[in-house]
Amino acid sequence: MVAIKQISIFMENKPGRMARVAKALADASVNIRALTIAEAGDFGVVRMVVDDTENGYKVLHEYGFTVSETDVLAVEIRDVPGGLYEIMNTLSANSINVDYAYAFVTTKVEQAMLILRVDDLNGATNVLSEAGVKIATREEIQKI
Amino acid sequence: MFRYWNPHIERMPIEDLHKLQEDRLRSIVRFVYAHSSFYRQRFDEAGVSPDDIKELSDVTKLPFTRKLDLRNTYPTGMFCLPENWVVRYHVSSGTTGKPTVVGYTQGDIDMWTDSLARALTSIGLGRGDVIQVSYGYGLFTGGLGLHYGAEKIGATVLPAGAGSTERQIELMQDLGSTAIACTPSYFLYINEVAQKMGVSIRDDTKLKAGIFGAEPWSDETRKRIEDSTGIKAYDIYGTSEMSGPLCTECNLQSGIHIWADLFLVEVIDPDTEEQVEDGEQGELVVTTLDKWAFPLIRYRMGDLTILNREQCECGRTHPRIMRILGRTDDMIIVRGINVFPSQVESVLMRIPEIGENYQIIVDRKGPLDVMTINVEVTEAAFSDKIADLMLLRKEVSNRLKNVLNLTAEVELVEPGTIPRSMGKAKRVIDKRKV
Repeated sequence: MVAIKQISIFMENKPGRMARVAKALADASVNIRALTIAEAGDFGVVRMVVDDTENGYKVLHEYGFTVSETDVLAVEIRDVPGGLYEIMNTLSANSINVDYAYAFVTTKVEQAMLILRVDDLNGATNVLSEAGVKIATREEIQKI
Repeated sequence: MFRYWNPHIERMPIEDLHKLQEDRLRSIVRFVYAHSSFYRQRFDEAGVSPDDIKELSDVTKLPFTRKLDLRNTYPTGMFCLPENWVVRYHVSSGTTGKPTVVGYTQGDIDMWTDSLARALTSIGLGRGDVIQVSYGYGLFTGGLGLHYGAEKIGATVLPAGAGSTERQIELMQDLGSTAIACTPSYFLYINEVAQKMGVSIRDDTKLKAGIFGAEPWSDETRKRIEDSTGIKAYDIYGTSEMSGPLCTECNLQSGIHIWADLFLVEVIDPDTEEQVEDGEQGELVVTTLDKWAFPLIRYRMGDLTILNREQCECGRTHPRIMRILGRTDDMIIVRGINVFPSQVESVLMRIPEIGENYQIIVDRKGPLDVMTINVEVTEAAFSDKIADLMLLRKEVSNRLKNVLNLTAEVELVEPGTIPRSMGKAKRVIDKRKV
């Protein structure tokens, strides 16, 4: 299984809430690989990929946050114009819907990394692999 | 299997019970008239003399008394015996106004204790049980009341008081508490703290019963407590004016038995002040029949309930009041619509995605009242999808609208952020400037 675990946190839209999340992770020496905040008025959902998911989940839970884990794909994308198009085109040709996505660039791997939440995880894995797109494993995300 | 503390009284044939009530009503009316200038003046103003009270139905000739009378005669103007007869005072916290003082003779304390001994026995407690009393001790009646009642039936009392929650949980495990008495909101908090400590009330303690009161709570909350902890949750009723917590449901959990030899209860329409039919909702009115330092004559409790005189399957002949639905002074009026916090609670507790704690905030935006309900999202229900959360908020709002006939804004908040209470929970925050 190539899916990786993303941590999602329910959060009120208030000053200091994100700082508390960051503090929890800092205290547990958990490193954030990528992060995005989806806001819906007075609350929001913070989604992140971290190097040590178990530990990150545990510490956030202990801090009293409402946390859940979600399977997402981390795919490598060529850091050139058209890089995102290749991936989206492959998915749309196979009628796979993207719920949300966020990207980050790494220095070690000279490529961008796209975190994808799709409605058909296995389907997306297959079609992307067939199209020659590299999907990062959990170990690879840890090592970045 | 039903157990009784005083089977003779508890199962007394209804006619005998009425006869006893009648005798006692006549005595108490004569007593207050003879001993209290307050009551004498009230009776005279109402044009009623003790001789007019011959049978039970004559009670309606007597004037009502209210909390306001108690405040106006602060501290002891409604006492009917001199202070040197009083062996104890309790003082209400005055959350809804000036504090009020109540007093007891030794006989009054014994009556209170006996009432609780019957109640605790009726839910199956007795020698061998360890009862953790987590009501506040001191001026509040909850702690000492339950303490004496529990000792009377031969149970072991753990006088934990309110607070030091982690220690309470450790003691509950170490000393094997089988029952706990506290406010339902405090028990929910205890359960929350226990979970954080990795203690399961169901698996890691001997707790089998909870005696919960001092604030209105709903059957839905009972179900949540029972489902999540495996204990039986019993409702208890009694105010400081009546003595303190006094009466509980029996093990059938079908209404609170009010001991008729000790209290004469009526339920009235708070507006017309006429008695309502049995089964109809109204305000509870109490006359004490065996309480002497500080008796009550037709005291308006301010609690809304339903009276049920049908005999309970447990064999007790005493009338039951169904769960307290709210207090007349708890009621908030939002855009002209009456809202009781208990209505909101019963809606919320049916929605598994939200936690046990909630807060109702009423504010005014321009000319309009706005009611906002803060609820905590439980981790089990959190799916990472914004759409699910929006749907949950809509669902809560729709269900509230169906029951209250009023649109409430619903705010989803993080677990643990609504203030927890060790005593009476503060559910309503009214920010309107009147």
